[in-house]
Amino acid sequence: MSKLLEVKDLAVSFNTYNGEVQAVRGVSFDLNKGETLAIVGESGSGKSVTTSALMGLLPKPQGVIKSGEILFEGEDLVKKSNKEMQKIRGKDMSMVFQDPMSSLNPTMKVGNQIMEGLIKHQNMNRSDARKKAIELLDQVGIPNPEIRINQYPHQFSGGMRQRVVIAIALACNPKVLIADEPTTALDVTIQAQILELMKNIQKETDSAIIFITHDLGVVANVADRVAVMYAGKVVEYGTVDDIFYNPKHPYTWGLLGSMPTLDNADEELYAIPGSPPDMLNPPKGDAFAPRNKFALEIDAVMEPPMFKVTDTHYAATWLLHEDAPKIEPPESVKKRMQGFANSGGDQ
Amino acid sequence: MAEDKILEVKNLQKHFHAGRHKTVKAVDGVTFDIYRGETFGLVGESGSGKSTTGRTIIRLYEATGGEVKFNGEDVHGKKSKEELLKFNRKMQMIFQDPSSSLNPRMTVMDIIAEGLDIHKLVKNEKERKARVEELLQVVGLNKEHANRFPHEFSGGQRQRIGIARALAVEPDLIIADEPISALDVSIQAQVVNLLKKLQKDRGLTYLFIAHDLSMVKYISDRIGVMYLGNLVELADSDELYNNPIHPYTKSLLTAIPLPDPEYERNRIRVPYDPTVHDTSEEPEFREISPRHWVRCTSKEFEQYKKELK
Repeated sequence: MSKLLEVKDLAVSFNTYNGEVQAVRGVSFDLNKGETLAIVGESGSGKSVTTSALMGLLPKPQGVIKSGEILFEGEDLVKKSNKEMQKIRGKDMSMVFQDPMSSLNPTMKVGNQIMEGLIKHQNMNRSDARKKAIELLDQVGIPNPEIRINQYPHQFSGGMRQRVVIAIALACNPKVLIADEPTTALDVTIQAQILELMKNIQKETDSAIIFITHDLGVVANVADRVAVMYAGKVVEYGTVDDIFYNPKHPYTWGLLGSMPTLDNADEELYAIPGSPPDMLNPPKGDAFAPRNKFALEIDAVMEPPMFKVTDTHYAATWLLHEDAPKIEPPESVKKRMQGFANSGGDQ
Repeated sequence: MAEDKILEVKNLQKHFHAGRHKTVKAVDGVTFDIYRGETFGLVGESGSGKSTTGRTIIRLYEATGGEVKFNGEDVHGKKSKEELLKFNRKMQMIFQDPSSSLNPRMTVMDIIAEGLDIHKLVKNEKERKARVEELLQVVGLNKEHANRFPHEFSGGQRQRIGIARALAVEPDLIIADEPISALDVSIQAQVVNLLKKLQKDRGLTYLFIAHDLSMVKYISDRIGVMYLGNLVELADSDELYNNPIHPYTKSLLTAIPLPDPEYERNRIRVPYDPTVHDTSEEPEFREISPRHWVRCTSKEFEQYKKELK
């Protein structure tokens, strides 16, 4: 597989009146052609900031890339000027945002919004762009595209609006599509339709998708690989099966444990105590240690490096160190993993 | 029936005027009972009328038609101030968005004690303070938090304040309208565990409104599924998940992604097609097997019954 995008030790900070907020503190991952990488984490874990940095959309001047490289087909995007980024955004890399209402221009017909990128990046004339826009609307499953193209966003329902946003993102056949919580604002049945749509489009165009979400159900549905983020770092990283069936990091255990399955009504949910740390003063050592009942003494002093579990699976927890005591995941999480393994396929 | 009904909702309707000649029938004839001590889950997509149902029951909206009986008494219709006061005390609500449902200019102490003051449940300042501090402890906050303002708290903590406020007047029934949707996953589990614990300790009854079906399944004893202002199916939660009958329920259940990649690879979604229904007569809510109700016509009723076996 060819690496399309490589992020190396990316760190992003925001300068605020209260001081420097270290939103992302050294994130590394890569993205191959045609695959879906899901980034999961709570709000404030830095997942959205990471993707804003990839797209060159950090608010200036507060948002600063402190260090790191973003290699897209070998070129470092961090070094590019805004003008150069404009040529990449919408063409090679495009983005689908969470709220379709606020990412569409309410005073512009949806057709013009789709055509904008085509005219700008692919030098199409208006009538060709219009034809292509109708085609795109049809591709994302909007009925009567010839009529709909002349309508305004408010004339569309939430799910339909998100389809329009996806059509805009796909207009120039991007190599990387970044979807930042694209279905969070939508109902389950609409969510299912949008996810199916994205998967079908990926099959057709072979584009790579970075999918940001906090919904582990959605992750299990769309992802090939998963990166779990906490407090500005990737704490665990692996294929979707690694993360769901053999999680190693206590935070991942917590995330999995806090989701009810369909047959555990009697047990208490395994909740992670406390709340995420304040990134103005990130804690010393392992940021998750204060909420982690398996924390070791070393967690308070030194940050754990990424330990290798298998070739595809890495986790940043001292529990994987050879001198660490053997700790089993909590019973409820283990049972869940087992339950998953058994229930797989039926129903 | 042996079970004690705390709330009886009969043919509840709520229509909104939208423009001069248009009405939106947000809730159009909903009937269900809630038994004392249980958790009744109400699910549906946005626009299905689930929140309107909750808000109409607690009289945030005036009902267009139908009746709501709480502890055997009709709570709608004209009421004297005293009667309303009594009713308001026994039924409380927890809202979805904890930042907009708490007054930003009041301290946590005053927010929680507001109900105590209105219902004159405390005699003096000292008792008031003690009561608030006790409530804060119950929901897992510190008593030092009492003098702070809502903006000083995180989302999960604010929701705990909302729960403490609802508990202050010792209600029998709490209507929780999407109480966890605005919270992070790890915080959701904390709040759900808290709600479950409070129910066990205090014998509370919940009407739990949500769109997250796996969470509703986890917390509820019985579940009602709403679609376009009507209840389409109502059953014990296990029964509903194992034997969904109404096509809409089926489509809803097959649409939820579960945190299990293997299951996800094999999940086949059944989309809902509203045209499959028999239109020869107006559908009614019928009991298809004990405690399992489905909205259907008499023809569909026979058909569903066969499916069930």
